[in-house]
Amino acid sequence: MTSTRPVLAVSGLCKTFGSGAALVRAVDGVDLDVTTGETVAIMGPSGCGKSTLLHLLGGLERPSGGTIDLAGRPVTGCSERALAHLRRREIGFVFEGFHLMDELTAIENVELPALLAGPSPRAARARARELLEQVGLAERVEFLPSALSGGQRQRVAIARALVNEPMIVLADEPTGNLDSSATVEVLRLFDALHESGQTLVIATHDQRVAATADRLVSMRDGAFVDETKMTGGSRGDLAKLLGLGGE
Amino acid sequence: MQQEVVLALLAKEPSQGYQLRTRLEEALGPLGEGLNAGHIYVTLGRLEKTGLVALEEPPPGGARRADRKVYHLTPAGQERVHEWLSEVSWPKPDLAEFHLKLVAAAQARLADPISMIDAQRRELLRRLRDAQRAAMEEPDHSGTALLAEGVVLRLQADLRWLEACERTWTGRKERS
Repeated sequence: MTSTRPVLAVSGLCKTFGSGAALVRAVDGVDLDVTTGETVAIMGPSGCGKSTLLHLLGGLERPSGGTIDLAGRPVTGCSERALAHLRRREIGFVFEGFHLMDELTAIENVELPALLAGPSPRAARARARELLEQVGLAERVEFLPSALSGGQRQRVAIARALVNEPMIVLADEPTGNLDSSATVEVLRLFDALHESGQTLVIATHDQRVAATADRLVSMRDGAFVDETKMTGGSRGDLAKLLGLGGE
Repeated sequence: MQQEVVLALLAKEPSQGYQLRTRLEEALGPLGEGLNAGHIYVTLGRLEKTGLVALEEPPPGGARRADRKVYHLTPAGQERVHEWLSEVSWPKPDLAEFHLKLVAAAQARLADPISMIDAQRRELLRRLRDAQRAAMEEPDHSGTALLAEGVVLRLQADLRWLEACERTWTGRKERS
């Protein structure tokens, strides 16, 4: 069961680029509460503003208006230094293009944010190894990214996002670069994260990813236009989905 | 073609059979040309028998001619149209049926097509979630996993078509 305490509270969030006639409202008045342990998918066509929204939520960009609170603390308006600290400790990022360091092995990639955050190298290494085992890459910890498949690289990136035990993981098109079977690998992993109580916000145009969320918001032209709560779901329904067993 | 299509096309206003046929042809374009015109009249007769449509009273003094019959929806007919608009036809989706639902709903101003598309999407996403769960729980390469994968792929195709529907109807809304 998820609690109702919002880990992320967003109100009236706006981001504009340019000015005058060329003004673009990339994010246009978004309200969003995400409770602890919830998985929220933000869906919409490319250019609808979902990536920009995720960047704002993660403190990678500053909003033009509105507020973001993370665990009750205002993010908007805090200093660059405080923001950097927040990004390192409380927010995990997963990107479409993995963003792994090519010259570092899988385990070095995963432990890097932990080393930056302060624990001992030994503790960072242990934590990184544990996470790589969790994502099913125990046998590949010493591999360079170039020796891994797309799905494996994304699993390394997810392990890296989790290394500092963030309050929330933000994923931007996490399956955008993956084929169907690698997508399933990543979906299984998100499902396991969800089971373990991790809070997740995923921007995606992949319906398979969206279908695994607790809640789905549709975004158009920078604003939320529709929200769907996804509850239930059981294997028994497959017979019905296949049209077996009559009406 | 289902009798509900005829019923829903009648929701706009009391109409004669040929007007319904014109609406159907407009909605389907060249695809509608092959339709048997007699089918609409037969369907109207059937709907009248089941009490879903009724004949308008002829104007005072005017004789009722067989080809000038004007039909309207009864309350039961209206109820059936509303039911039909919100039904989801899966696992045997009928694209033409859904398209005609949107057309009829827009013409009669019964519902916003975009909201109907959203509702349909929600339903299909729920099914996608169920199918995905099943696919992830089953061992790879098992028969069940294979069938679940098939359901997932079909649902994805239907969801993509809904995106196309949404683009078209958003465009129509902006032009009108």
